Amino acid sequence: MGERNRDASRGYYQESWRVLKRNPVAMVCMIIVILLTLVAVLAPFIAPYDPNAIDMPSKLKAPCPEHLFGCDEMGRDILSRCIYGCRISLSVGLVSQLIALVIGYFMGVCAGYFGGKVDAVISFMIQVFSSLPDLLLAMALMFALGRGLANLYIALGVLSWAKTARLIRGTVLQLKQKEYVQACRIDGGSSLRIIMRHLLPNCIPTLIITVTMGIPSAILSEASLSFLGLGVRSPMASWGAMISASKMFIRTSPFYSLFPGFCMIITVIAFNMLGDGLRDALDPKLRK
Amino acid sequence: MKQYLIKRVLLAAGILFAISIITFFVLNIIPGDPVALMLGDNADPQAIETVRHNLGMDKPLVQQYLEWITGFMTGNMGESYFQHKPVSSMLVTSFGYTARLAAVSYAVALALGLSIGIIAALNRGNAIDHTLMTLAVAGISAPSFWVAIVLQIFIGLRFKAIPISGLGKPAAYLLPCLSLGMRYAASIARITRTSMLEVMNQDFIRTARAKGLSRRRTVMVHMFRNALIPIITVVGTDLTTLFAGSMLTESVFNIPGMGALLVDNITKRDIPVVQGGVMVVAMLCVLIYLAVDLLYAAVDPNIRLGGDR
Repeated sequence: MGERNRDASRGYYQESWRVLKRNPVAMVCMIIVILLTLVAVLAPFIAPYDPNAIDMPSKLKAPCPEHLFGCDEMGRDILSRCIYGCRISLSVGLVSQLIALVIGYFMGVCAGYFGGKVDAVISFMIQVFSSLPDLLLAMALMFALGRGLANLYIALGVLSWAKTARLIRGTVLQLKQKEYVQACRIDGGSSLRIIMRHLLPNCIPTLIITVTMGIPSAILSEASLSFLGLGVRSPMASWGAMISASKMFIRTSPFYSLFPGFCMIITVIAFNMLGDGLRDALDPKLRK
Repeated sequence: MKQYLIKRVLLAAGILFAISIITFFVLNIIPGDPVALMLGDNADPQAIETVRHNLGMDKPLVQQYLEWITGFMTGNMGESYFQHKPVSSMLVTSFGYTARLAAVSYAVALALGLSIGIIAALNRGNAIDHTLMTLAVAGISAPSFWVAIVLQIFIGLRFKAIPISGLGKPAAYLLPCLSLGMRYAASIARITRTSMLEVMNQDFIRTARAKGLSRRRTVMVHMFRNALIPIITVVGTDLTTLFAGSMLTESVFNIPGMGALLVDNITKRDIPVVQGGVMVVAMLCVLIYLAVDLLYAAVDPNIRLGGDR
């Protein structure tokens, strides 16, 4: 029976992949996401300069062949800083969403599977967390934790678990009624076994979608926090921090503000559209 | 209905209570003593103790919380550590700026978003629709603070009549409200389009056209009204993030609103101000969600006539 299960699920993912492949927008976005990931991973090899190397003589230099994106107020190469910024953005997006996924899955499964009082308490917590604007809660958490990359992972992870938990709870409520879950329970299967063996594999599509959709909002939150001076510590090259620093120089060096912003828009659009595509591909109800 | 109303109000109260606990404890269990920071590096421990005592910081946290929350409910949010002004009056002043900015921006967003959404829906599938929806995706993905800076560069610096900081003259509202409103216009446009398309194919629209109503009247009265319910939900969620969004916009345009107040005082570690600010914004958000739910209940007979939720 395990064999057959695995075959069925392989068929499902193959089918999803087939649907996704036929969606040109999603495929283009997927390629962009892969490229961005490569840029982030290979940053030290691609960046033409050290992102933190100060070179006062070329301060606020306009884009030229040596510095394609120009230089910032301390003569640091903006292209190199954008490349390292990609590293920060993607890592914040990914790590915070993985934290959210673990907390969210655990809470959502407990709420959906056990029901009753457990569900009441967890659902209440979900509502508390979703009534606060993300940025406000993130600001409070960064106040408590202090600035820094690791603290950003934690703050943004903690504040996005509620979305995952709500979706997982809904999915589990439906799955609980399925015959194979009932059968396993009658068979004497433990709750842990049901949760890990039967519910988890069936929640994976939901989890893939929430992580992909959560990454761009985490990236935007990180940029907002860094923009307000509550994110990464200087001199770390975060896109938000760069945009914030460029505010002072819009009269003389508008290029400084534009490049990090373009990087951000491309990244966020790519993840959002890929998320849309994945949702269409993974949701059997939307399949023809 | 009455039962639902009571349940929903109690839930909102419970959520607020939980938020007050989270806010208080998150902000008060922090590494680094604000008093030591306040008095400087060379402060003598005796002096630090005295100040801590005067501020009530040597009491147990639970007692501090109870004192704070009872004060909060009677409108007394304590005094700023550094400015020695009551927090409530500081909040009122800066909230005025944020509220004006948010209100005008959202009005812009509604006007733009609803019309773009309707136009796109009526042009489904053609070039106008594709262009508008691509713009909407870009609008959702661009950080509002960056859009603000771009507008400053390309509009503010070109036209002398449009100031790029403060909210003094009416013209000063243009750029902040456009940059903040754009993001919301984009999400309103998307949901309006989807919602209109869903309504469009229904029988009563065909009936309305068949019985000879003008296209304009069919669109505005029959389609738009029925498409409104999903739009209301989005508006509710938007209003809560609007405060957060306006904090960023304020920072670009040097507007002394809630955002500036919170960021400043987070850096200074002025706990009473941050605490009061976070709590007031949270309270507004919970009230907005409550209002949206009740509005929803009034519109949707499934909720109004009972059911278990």
